[in-house]
Amino acid sequence: MSDTRISGRVADIELQLLIEAIYLKYHYDFREYAGASIKRRLTTAMDRFGCKTLSQLQDRVLHEPAMFPALLEFLTVQVSEMFRDPSYFLSIREQVVPLLRTYPSLKFWVAGCSAGEEVYSLAILLHEEGLLERSLIYATDINAHALQRAEAGVYDIERIAGFTANHQRSGARTSLSEYYTAAYGRAIFDKAFRKHIVFSDHSLATDSVFAEVQFVSCRNVLIYFNRELQDRAIGLFHEALCHKGFLGLGAKESLRFSAYAERFDEIARVDRLFQKRSPA
Amino acid sequence: MIRLGKRPASARPPQPDAIVIGASAGGVEAISVLLTALPARFDIPVFVVQHLPRERPSLLADIFTPRCARPVCEAADKEPVARGTVYFAPPDYHLLVDRSDDGPLLSLSSDEPVCFARPSIDVLFEAAADVYAEGLLGIVLSGANEDGSDGLAAVLAAGGRGWVQRPAEASSSLMPASALARCPQAEVLGLADMAARLAGMPAGSSRKV
Ligand SMILES: C[S@@+](CC[C@H](N)C(=O)[O-])C[C@H]1O[C@@H](n2cnc3c(N)ncnc32)[C@H](O)[C@@H]1O
Repeated sequence: MSDTRISGRVADIELQLLIEAIYLKYHYDFREYAGASIKRRLTTAMDRFGCKTLSQLQDRVLHEPAMFPALLEFLTVQVSEMFRDPSYFLSIREQVVPLLRTYPSLKFWVAGCSAGEEVYSLAILLHEEGLLERSLIYATDINAHALQRAEAGVYDIERIAGFTANHQRSGARTSLSEYYTAAYGRAIFDKAFRKHIVFSDHSLATDSVFAEVQFVSCRNVLIYFNRELQDRAIGLFHEALCHKGFLGLGAKESLRFSAYAERFDEIARVDRLFQKRSPA
Repeated sequence: MIRLGKRPASARPPQPDAIVIGASAGGVEAISVLLTALPARFDIPVFVVQHLPRERPSLLADIFTPRCARPVCEAADKEPVARGTVYFAPPDYHLLVDRSDDGPLLSLSSDEPVCFARPSIDVLFEAAADVYAEGLLGIVLSGANEDGSDGLAAVLAAGGRGWVQRPAEASSSLMPASALARCPQAEVLGLADMAARLAGMPAGSSRKV
């Protein structure tokens, strides 16, 4: 364990300056992210890059072209898995799919899709429910490297056992092994899914709505934002959703402290599924 | 805006403004001794990380609610910290404390596990030390790993105080022993003494941070 700790008034100033510098130079806006967790990740980055202070890190981020992409890997958390919280996907099958069947064509938005685990989970679910053919999934993130990996759909084979177990618990109608081929220690997911997925760089902090969709899934992204930025993001989802559209959040995310709480009905409490209310 | 805290170079307050507790194997029984001792007038917020298996929902809040004089709940993301309330970290998420214009808020993260643990005691203690500084009391209880040692060091470095369960008394001694090895200046106490001290903390003492 390292002894690097950033705390105290000076570190707070340096943190604010670094975040501002990143915004001014690279237009990535971390100014309204939850502070404690971003501090923690920057501490790890300082260790990795051998910087003693956040000011040193700022100097390098501004002057060394290779530094920012490397730092972005620390600033954005890429922890994910396929069919994460299997009961979320089970609830989608039970509570949402029956209503989705009534639409002739369907659009989905997976916001903060990381390396694609959640996107392929949704695509497989839609395939199993017979809806994939009429579906288009927008998969967005701010991490270009993660988006590339998502597009490739390649995962370490060691992760497949966990993915398979989750899939089974999500109400699976098929076997996960039907969707990938294993080679050289990696599982490569079926390229046919890609006809139904558009991967795109999009920030919930700075960009606007780009399509009308029936379902938004945004999981384990909002927890990294402060309340104001959470509301901005939820506002985008509200705007993007069609009449009576659905919103799915992460297992520990809710609309409880949001300005939009009254604009959604909770349709699955534990699994965090919401439906846009009709305007009164 | 990232919130900047005012950080007056004030001395340590007579009573803590907030308490963090970390425990692992054998921890639930130890936590129980402390939480059931809190009197109804107790007004200091308490944040607890107890390592648990990640797949199952935590029953900790349900278990402790009927046995405690103070409200006990599972921490929710961006929930404002209320006085005299006990917050448990949910399974599979780190619990942190953040500043806001309206005072401290709870924050969750799904960052990588730290030392194989999520929630991690170190993560909670370090974030809380940053917000509460000399107003924080960190308590390390029974456990069979070294989580909490770095966290307690951060609490002490920020001017806060530290209590460690007497290792010989803990059902798993590794965690308290590691914390003491790392932080020799922490106080070593038995659970009964900790409980008595907590029960004796006067109401109305905790400052607004
Ligand atoms: C912890 S991952 C969640 C992955 C997946 N949704 C899940 O629940 O497993 C968080 C993702 O949010 C992305 N992210 C962070 N800030 C974002 C922003 N402003 N707009 C869009 N995505 C963002 C990160 O790059 C990362 O891929």
